Amino acid sequence: MNPPAIRFDGVTLRHGPREVIRDLTGTFAPGSLIALTGENGAGKTTLLRALAGLHPLTAGAIDRGGLAPSDIALLPQGSQLDRSFPIACRDVVALGLAGRVGPFRGIGRAQLQQADTALEAVGLPALGRRAIGALSAGQFQRVLFARLMLQDAPVLLLDEPFAAVDTATAHDLLRILHRWHAEHRTIVTVLHDLDMARDHFPDSLHLSGGNAVWGKTAAWTPRAAA
Amino acid sequence: MLHLFTEPFALGFMRRALIGCLALSCAAPPLGVFLVLRRMSLMSDVLQHGVLPGIAVGAAVAGMSVWAMGLGGVAAGLMVALLAGWLARGRGAHEDSQLAGVYLIALALGVALISAQRGIDLTHILFGSVLAVDDSALYAIAGVVTLALPALALIWRPLILESLDPGFLAATGGRGAIWHMTFLALVVLCVVAGFVALGTLMSVGLMMLPAIGARHWSGSLQGQVKASVLLAAIASVVGLLLSYYTDIPAGPAIVLTAGALWMLGLLISSLAERGSVR
Repeated sequence: MNPPAIRFDGVTLRHGPREVIRDLTGTFAPGSLIALTGENGAGKTTLLRALAGLHPLTAGAIDRGGLAPSDIALLPQGSQLDRSFPIACRDVVALGLAGRVGPFRGIGRAQLQQADTALEAVGLPALGRRAIGALSAGQFQRVLFARLMLQDAPVLLLDEPFAAVDTATAHDLLRILHRWHAEHRTIVTVLHDLDMARDHFPDSLHLSGGNAVWGKTAAWTPRAAA
Repeated sequence: MLHLFTEPFALGFMRRALIGCLALSCAAPPLGVFLVLRRMSLMSDVLQHGVLPGIAVGAAVAGMSVWAMGLGGVAAGLMVALLAGWLARGRGAHEDSQLAGVYLIALALGVALISAQRGIDLTHILFGSVLAVDDSALYAIAGVVTLALPALALIWRPLILESLDPGFLAATGGRGAIWHMTFLALVVLCVVAGFVALGTLMSVGLMMLPAIGARHWSGSLQGQVKASVLLAAIASVVGLLLSYYTDIPAGPAIVLTAGALWMLGLLISSLAERGSVR
């Protein structure tokens, strides 16, 4: 993977009537692993949505280095996915290919095999045929990570991916995150756990009251980074 | 005993009604399954009333011609679907109250337009009449089914994705509105196709009740679609017999049968649940 750098040039974002991000300028370096922090309402989710092309810019520009917004994979917090829909895990995972395969070309045996392999990698072997409605919150988050694997995007945006899962699941998912990092994907993750940010994420962007602070998490004071 | 089942279908009009209803049973219930899964059951009400003014205008222009009424119904249904979509994108009030507003107006307008014309029986339009299923009505039904089934197969995956996770579809560059509107167009076509035999008010019943009942018979989408078709086919046969022997209009008879099948499924599945808890 060799993703381009992503540059923000004077980006201003509104959420409803409120300006949540003002004049943001800076760069996500290729292959960097970034913790996006800040209090509730600081504009973290809005920024990720804007990066994925789902939120209009009030001012400024985002240079995605030639990537289409849809080349950027977004895992929203509290996914909109309807968990009462009668569909099996492997089918949900295989739909990660939908963006590249298009609406009409087939998803066949080889692709379903790929989905099963991804499910194995997230620690859910043999759950391929299980209905998504029967999963725990942690298992469900693992399924969404497996779907991200099939999306195979050079840039990944994760919105509080560890918020609703137990420690063991968070640990496994972090390992996957590190594997993606080793593959030189650019990863931006919204986090509230600042210890986790410092231990696992080299770079950071902290949003607060419309302002942004770019930096290295290594420079944070241990246990008092907030 | 057997002749009680076969005798009515020796009559031409009963045979035509049966074939029409069985054809509809292949296409309408699968669409209903998606309406249920997308929590759009109210939308089916809106569309069934929405087609009525168009049918009335068609009848005013060309008399009791199936094609004129059908075309009018499809045009009106599509307009109502677009209007509902526009209202859904936030016009200040709750979506369900606005949809209720739309269908009340459409129903009143439709009844007013039909009553203003002589020689058209409102009951037949609202509740259907097996006697009205002539050759051209059969061709219309067959044509719609022939179009709707491959169309549904074609939009199958994007429609699932749009129903399952619209946010994901949008984030991967998919345009959900296309699939949504294509789907609604198919629903409108099937509602209109069913109105001759079943009536506008009952046509949606053959679409929705088997779809609602199907979830008691299968846990997978494919299984629910198959179960819904089977339930609709049973309801068509039994309902037409009921209509023949009791003089109930075909629409309500078929819909009541489909409702009874749903209740039966509900009963069996809740008994099975209790059994498995014990």
